[in-house]
Amino acid sequence: MAAWSWDRISAEYIVTNVKLCRGAKLSRRKGFLHVRRGVIEALGSGAPTVEGLPRLDGQGLVCAPGFIDLHVHFREPGQEEKETVATGSRAAAAGGFTGVVTMPNTVPAVDNPGLVRYIIDRGKEANLCRVYPTGAISPGRAGEALTEFGSMIEVGAVGFTDDGSPVTSGALMSNALKMTRMHNVPIISHAEDLSLTGPGVMHGGYWSSRLGLPGIPRASEDAAVFRDVELARATGGHLHVAHVSTRGAVQIIRRAKEEGVHVTAEATPHHFSQDHACCRDYSPLFKMSPPLREPDDVAAVVEGLVDGTIDCIATDHAPHTATEKEYQFDQAPFGVTGLETALAVGITHLVRDGRMDLEHLVRCMTEKPAAIMNLPGGRLEEGSDADFVLFDPDHEWVVDPDRFHSRSRNSSYCGESLTGKVVATFLRGRLTHRDETGSP
Amino acid sequence: MSFQAKAVIMNGKEMARAIKRMAHEVVEAHKGTDDLVLIGIQRRGVPLAKMMRAAIKQVEEIELPLGSVDITFYRDDLSTLGPNPKVAKTEIPFDVNDKTVILVDDVLFTGRTVRAAMEEIMDWGRPRAIRLVVLIDRGHRELPIRPDYVGKNVPTSQREIIEVRVTDLDNKEEVVIGEVNGDDPQS
Amino acid sequence: MILNRKDVLGLEDLEAEEILSILDMSERFRAVFDRPVRGVPIMRGRTVVNLFHEPSTRTRISFELAEKRLSADIINFQAASSSLRKGETLRDTAENLQAMRIDMLVVRHASAGAAHYLARVLKCSVINAGDGAHEHPTQGLLDIMTMRQRLGDLRGKKVTIIGDIAHSRVARSNIWGLTKLGAEVTLCGPPTMVPGGIDRLGVTVEYDLRRAVAQADVLNVLRIQLERHESKSFPSNREYHKLFGITEDVVRGLKPEAFVMHPGPMNRDVEIASEVADGPRQVILDQVANGVAVRMALIYLLSGGDPGALAGGDAE
Repeated sequence: MAAWSWDRISAEYIVTNVKLCRGAKLSRRKGFLHVRRGVIEALGSGAPTVEGLPRLDGQGLVCAPGFIDLHVHFREPGQEEKETVATGSRAAAAGGFTGVVTMPNTVPAVDNPGLVRYIIDRGKEANLCRVYPTGAISPGRAGEALTEFGSMIEVGAVGFTDDGSPVTSGALMSNALKMTRMHNVPIISHAEDLSLTGPGVMHGGYWSSRLGLPGIPRASEDAAVFRDVELARATGGHLHVAHVSTRGAVQIIRRAKEEGVHVTAEATPHHFSQDHACCRDYSPLFKMSPPLREPDDVAAVVEGLVDGTIDCIATDHAPHTATEKEYQFDQAPFGVTGLETALAVGITHLVRDGRMDLEHLVRCMTEKPAAIMNLPGGRLEEGSDADFVLFDPDHEWVVDPDRFHSRSRNSSYCGESLTGKVVATFLRGRLTHRDETGSP
Repeated sequence: MSFQAKAVIMNGKEMARAIKRMAHEVVEAHKGTDDLVLIGIQRRGVPLAKMMRAAIKQVEEIELPLGSVDITFYRDDLSTLGPNPKVAKTEIPFDVNDKTVILVDDVLFTGRTVRAAMEEIMDWGRPRAIRLVVLIDRGHRELPIRPDYVGKNVPTSQREIIEVRVTDLDNKEEVVIGEVNGDDPQS
Repeated sequence: MILNRKDVLGLEDLEAEEILSILDMSERFRAVFDRPVRGVPIMRGRTVVNLFHEPSTRTRISFELAEKRLSADIINFQAASSSLRKGETLRDTAENLQAMRIDMLVVRHASAGAAHYLARVLKCSVINAGDGAHEHPTQGLLDIMTMRQRLGDLRGKKVTIIGDIAHSRVARSNIWGLTKLGAEVTLCGPPTMVPGGIDRLGVTVEYDLRRAVAQADVLNVLRIQLERHESKSFPSNREYHKLFGITEDVVRGLKPEAFVMHPGPMNRDVEIASEVADGPRQVILDQVANGVAVRMALIYLLSGGDPGALAGGDAE
């Protein structure tokens, strides 16, 4: 038997001694994954029957499909001091992701086929994960007219959004949903009523009142989600609600789904694990949009994930420089990174708390997001690309931003102890990340 | 830090005698009591000043005006100061301008307290003169300050401590010499 | 009780005994004002920087006077309003000050939490002179000092704070300090100016001005600045005066011994009628005088070093 080498991975090999996570089932028995020329040749429980191939001892780790994140900000072009497609891809691989959907609120905004192509090319250069750009709904994200959806889809755009800002005009949103229905791609809604947000910098409630910071009421999100859901109902378009943070939004989406509206939704790790009390020391690391809400909102988001109202977990990975996060709370930019902590936050706050099983968590990060955006991957199947991750669901570690692969350090979990660590990530059978501290 | 008494160096009777003697000396040197005022330094200088006033009254049948100064805000070393909110009162219920102030304290040591007290009194006006009365002079002066009237000279070592006890604050009258177990002798 | 801390950022952080200690010390300093020389030399050689990142006349003058009366060396640092946003970060400012080896920083900043940030990164003492809509601890202390001078022990006393609670750092410091001392605090103002969840700080919210006034031992009337409100929280000064203005008629509804306070500067005939502002029920100038004393006490208490040094008693 040929020896396995991390440095020189063969075109064909077998990963043995892993717990395969396929669909709703996490195999209790140890199994194997046979990779040939970047494709899953075979997989199953027990020992592989093929002899003579290099083998990697998976040491009992979980082997899951590579994670897919529907919501990341890679900041390129225009804000490369925060992140680039290359550094973001590196962070994605470190978090176990093999596919990411980038938001178009770069400088300038991704509102034309040239920029869509640019992002894809940068992604291919980095070659660490699949980078799927979304395009802006409106030129310059100004909310005034529609961009050329068809031309952008032709070069690879997977959906459209003005993320970072809402589409204020209901008429424009309605038209966007109609057009994307024709193209069979989703509109991603950053649901926010800016007049209600006003000067708000954190959730409007007890803590904002106590800290003397202007608050963002729940209604800012609820009202906007409600409008967009009704527009999706009216147009038949596919609405994907980004970063759901309120109890009200979860209820609106749940009812809309029951009534057959084509709506899907995502929630971020921070919104299902942290609440507004985190802002008590004025640390801008807890400043994000939408803001950290109240404990009952957090509970509602968790419940939404558990019952499927919220389809998937997306990080809203939003890097900012250390300098920017040293401004006073009200002056600092919104956003936190998330790619490198997502799995661990999920395991720590959902699986270990008994709210969902590990398989469910994995589905929320793999096949469910893939289905929403019609992306390849998300499943371990014979004949599909060998995008997969090996992780240790019981490994405890302390978040140290200095060890991040992202260019930025603005994590809201700095210094926290989390459980679950990605050990290795593979893209088309090729190793894209290996945790130096973990096994094997 | 704890105080360990070694010996009583003055009992109540001796204290009273010393104060009475100093009262006589003050009146004699001043040729009477005109424009004479008493100011005690908080805290134990104040009851001693009261005793002084009573002694002078016995001789001259006149009750001198009595004030008190707390020198906390006039200390020269803020960094060794324990910020004690129970700072005693500075009360000077008379005009000090052109008066002769008899400043009374219990123990004269480095001279820094007296320096502070004089500065504070000067912020109240311009006395014609300030005279210093102390019950005990233990030496070790750090400033050029000299008492005008002394109850008793007591040579001490730097490590020793002298405690003056008065009825108002301690329920007895005596002067005790002792030592401190710990770092700081008297400031 | 000894004030043994590096900074005073808000009354939220202080224990009731600490507040009382500061007030006792303030009374001592107030007594100094009656002498021919109204200062003391205790802070000689100490450097205090007044960093005002937001325009303020009264508070800055009051701090400056307090520092001068303590004989401190003073540097006034009035940051141009442009450099406080982007450009120079608060951290740059802080590091500059650190390099200058100052002893104490008094900071006013438009951002809530700015003083807390500086206190974390600086070795010197920091006094918050107002951070955004968060806290204004020295104003809270001087208000409480003024109340205590007239009411004695504040336990069970009823204080009504009237006005724009949402944007008021004065209100928050009053709430923290007063509730710690056992007073019963009622907030009164237009619903658009009373922030959600504020009752969880242990206060009562009352929208009916007459009812809020009738039971009060003190009215603390906040300054209203409608022009600063982005979101149209109130139609006009005239309407405000009609519904929430403290007029002579409103004052007639007060208990006989009750009195009226205002942190200044006043908008006459908006939140307070001129007749009341100049009338017999107000104690506004007492507040101003107490403000200097409170600031002296706070600066003095924060400057004290090792609290054990005096334990030997009052030797010499």
